[in-house]
Amino acid sequence: MTPHLDSDPRDPGAPLPPLPGHTSRGRLERVLRRGEFAVTAELNPPDSADPNDVYERAAVFEGWVDGINATDGSGANCHMSSVGICALLTRIGYAPVMQISCRDHNRIAIQGNVLGAAAMGVANILCLSGDGVQNGDQPDAKPVFDLDSISLLQTLRTMRDEQRFLSGRAITTPPAVFLGGAINPFAPPYDYRPFRLAKKIAAGAQFVQSQYCYDIPLLERYMARVRDLGLHEKCFILIGVGPLASARAARWMRSNVPGVHIPDGIIKRLEGAEKQKAEGKKICVELIQQVREIAGVSGVHVMAYRQEEFVAEIVHDSGILKERQPWRREANPSLAATEGAVAQVGERVVLDQAAAEAAVEA
Amino acid sequence: MPVPSAYEPAGTGPVRRARSAFTIRLWAVRHAGFLEKVYTLLADLFLGLHPLWKAVGYQRVEKPVVLVERTVKAFVFDCRMCGECALSKTGMSCPMNCPKGLRNGPCGGVRANGNCEVEPDMPCVWVEGWQGSRQMAGGEAIHTVQPPVDHSLRGTSSWLRVTARAAAARDAANSEEAAP
Repeated sequence: MTPHLDSDPRDPGAPLPPLPGHTSRGRLERVLRRGEFAVTAELNPPDSADPNDVYERAAVFEGWVDGINATDGSGANCHMSSVGICALLTRIGYAPVMQISCRDHNRIAIQGNVLGAAAMGVANILCLSGDGVQNGDQPDAKPVFDLDSISLLQTLRTMRDEQRFLSGRAITTPPAVFLGGAINPFAPPYDYRPFRLAKKIAAGAQFVQSQYCYDIPLLERYMARVRDLGLHEKCFILIGVGPLASARAARWMRSNVPGVHIPDGIIKRLEGAEKQKAEGKKICVELIQQVREIAGVSGVHVMAYRQEEFVAEIVHDSGILKERQPWRREANPSLAATEGAVAQVGERVVLDQAAAEAAVEA
Repeated sequence: MPVPSAYEPAGTGPVRRARSAFTIRLWAVRHAGFLEKVYTLLADLFLGLHPLWKAVGYQRVEKPVVLVERTVKAFVFDCRMCGECALSKTGMSCPMNCPKGLRNGPCGGVRANGNCEVEPDMPCVWVEGWQGSRQMAGGEAIHTVQPPVDHSLRGTSSWLRVTARAAAARDAANSEEAAP
């Protein structure tokens, strides 16, 4: 079997050789710049300190996606940190997209985390403002919002391209990262949204992932404006999609998740279906196929919250990968090395248990 | 679970404020074009008074000027005295009233009715600001990227800072002209 185009067979977690015109040494940027239709997915972060929880949740995406988003306290709920998840994922060769939300960290913490993450092999960073604290499980927390998504993008671009912190102090090895932002074409003010994308690009965004799309005509209007402004040539646009589990789940999302717009037609279609879950998947596949046809769209971001196991099926049924096979561990000749890494992380081996216990008692 | 009592302090739990709480701020945004002209006049007046500020000492006038600035801007814009006033670039809608303090545009959580994700009864500061900017001669400034706010300037006078900077720039330009 020939080694994957975007992998170092000796060490799947190692950064790839730098390419001209690329800012990162990761797979996602390579796939997009080659002009492939990219697929990313969102990992549901565990409420646990067990690394295997992360590996199990990531394994369902293997061979189907070009990047795995590690959310940063999404919905203002507390979970394992994005930097922790990314560090685990890069150990065995996955390509994480590290999300940073401005809600929980100030500029000192964020810049330090970015250096740490880049050192651990994180090649993609998604800059977000973040949901308000009152949406989450700890509404009594102090919202930080020292930066906003756009000043965060600018800060990280300064760190990467000018090799300095926001303060001007020099960085000896800059973080080689592919910078991303979020867009929501489905929230007011609709006529301003394309300009907001332009502003993100001006601040450093190289790719964007959108909020859930369930309204194709609204997306088409947005993309027409984006093309008029020439923004699709300066930035890779990935549209967010996801299966709805039922009409009830869709109604709940519409009224409880900020920024999600689901037209009544979609909910009616789910209600009318015999098997709502299967219908939800079918709608998602159809949406992906419609999104694929819109000029200027470079990929999809599949957010199948609590239905992650269906991502492979959805990507397969939509046919967007065509003949392409995203990187997977199994395709790697030196399987032994990666298996070793998983096992090492999984078990904490104390070499001499008796001696360790004796030392504690003494 | 906390026991409900007669006293529920404002600002705890889901924030609910009557729309009347935003009346003056919303008026200001509707009249962004007019306020832009007022601001330009005021900025020129302050720059004209630069010799006076300098004679008395910027440090010494800071306290009374802050008192006036805080009162006026709090009344008209619900100003939070961030110290780095950006009203001319935000359609005369003060971005510090955004619960996330966003200074570069609306987040993705704006409700379908144009209200805030965090405060369901408050019109989004940036939906308003975008409307306001369309009425301003310098409205295109809404598209420039704003750097993060300098939190060490909180509570200080933005008027005096802008005046002192403009005076310094003017003096520099004058000395350049005189030099050759």
